[in-house]
Amino acid sequence: MSITTFDELRRICLEQNKTIWEITQSEESFNSEISIEDVRKSVLKHVKTMQETIQTGLHSNEKSVSNWCGDDTEKLIKRFSQKGALFGKLYEKILMYALATSEENLRMGRIVACPTAGSCGIVPGVLIAYAEEYNLSEDEQINFLITAGKIGGIISNKVQLAGAVAGCQAECGVASAMCAGGLAQTMGGSIDEILNAVALAMKNLLGLTCDPVCGLVEVPCIKRNPILSIHAVSAAELALAGIESKIPVDEVIDAMRQTGQLMSPMLKESSQAGLATTKTALKLKETLF
Amino acid sequence: MKEKTLFDVISPIMVGPSSSHTAGAIRLGLMAKNIYSKPINKVDFTLYNSFAQTGFGHGTQKGLFAGILGYSVYDTKIKNIFDIVKDIQYSFSYSEDLTRHPNSVDFVINDEMKISGDSVGAGEINITEINGFSVNISGNYNTILLMYKDKPGMISTVSKIIQKENINVASLYCDRNEKGGTASMLIALDAEAPDYVVNAISEIDDVYYTTQIRKLDV
Repeated sequence: MSITTFDELRRICLEQNKTIWEITQSEESFNSEISIEDVRKSVLKHVKTMQETIQTGLHSNEKSVSNWCGDDTEKLIKRFSQKGALFGKLYEKILMYALATSEENLRMGRIVACPTAGSCGIVPGVLIAYAEEYNLSEDEQINFLITAGKIGGIISNKVQLAGAVAGCQAECGVASAMCAGGLAQTMGGSIDEILNAVALAMKNLLGLTCDPVCGLVEVPCIKRNPILSIHAVSAAELALAGIESKIPVDEVIDAMRQTGQLMSPMLKESSQAGLATTKTALKLKETLF
Repeated sequence: MKEKTLFDVISPIMVGPSSSHTAGAIRLGLMAKNIYSKPINKVDFTLYNSFAQTGFGHGTQKGLFAGILGYSVYDTKIKNIFDIVKDIQYSFSYSEDLTRHPNSVDFVINDEMKISGDSVGAGEINITEINGFSVNISGNYNTILLMYKDKPGMISTVSKIIQKENINVASLYCDRNEKGGTASMLIALDAEAPDYVVNAISEIDDVYYTTQIRKLDV
């Protein structure tokens, strides 16, 4: 029993009157031949690693190999300690946590790829910040992450989650979609609301290229993480209002795959075009190493 | 095609900065080490396409090298691996070949075994060739590899030995260089085969080489 489309997932959830995470943990338990309890324990380990990465990242200003990045979390913490963010504490934490995670990644620190390393800040940014502000239990955090994981899994059945294959839409784009779905679930969304959150997040990131300056996971990857974690929250809020994506989520993913195929290899993690070949990027390249 | 599990997506727990270019590289190195399964003192790496173009910034070379040495994907020592390990001879070369996967590598180990593989995204890998034979190894299953004289009946002889142990075969893959020449067989298993099973297979007439390739832990 392998669920490969969102439509199938929706049908099974409705038929069995179960949530995505309930279906998924049973499926995972069956496929991996371990108990549901052990599946959840393993997911909890990932949640804990996310928390540790954030804590390490919040207390570091170590620069990357290029010396371009690594001290932005520090700047953000300083700013918020002087003047609170427009949208309040949760918003501050989401930005700080997503950025801290991304900065740990560029330092070759330990992170959870979710779904990839370049996009590793988006899900933890929202999950851990929301968990703290809304006192989520461990079980609720696990449910968030299982839901997000299932969403990424279904997408990855159609599209390889790699910038070199389908651009950043398949990395940060998918992370944001996973996060939107996980959050919608945690905020009490129905299966349809969750799938709309996924579709809305994904739809608005179609065509996102992977054009990292000098091939480093730094520019624009690091700052893209906090920004797209907020994108995920927006998608979840719209969906929870009952706003529907006119294009069903499976078709959005088909469009994403097609867009990835049509995208020039020069814009897919090869640093041969886009931001990577701007005047400033080329100048930066000369100063590197 | 392998079913995607939850932990293919929200994993691995790894050192950054790239799941395809760092974790995938480490796992390719670990897999090459498992396949070779003898002490390694020299490795020549050839990186292709995106691996060649952007590998340096993603720590790809560090990852491939650390993997060959057996470091886990989450070992934070990998960052300084070239300073830590000095007693292995290695070289890196770079090439473009658009017939190959965007993230692709060849290992030549101790000048005697050539292993090719791809990093296919989210840390997942696929070993595509061993010494000129086409293979298909994800590292997610214990896999028996054998080389033998191409002749009728070999698949059933081998599968009978495995069947006796009640081990389920997840997939079976064969290739040969020419009819009646040398053939290769890859048997992915749901469990680990005991050593005596591998030995029994190696004792079949006209089997030249048998090994069990351990699956990756992460």
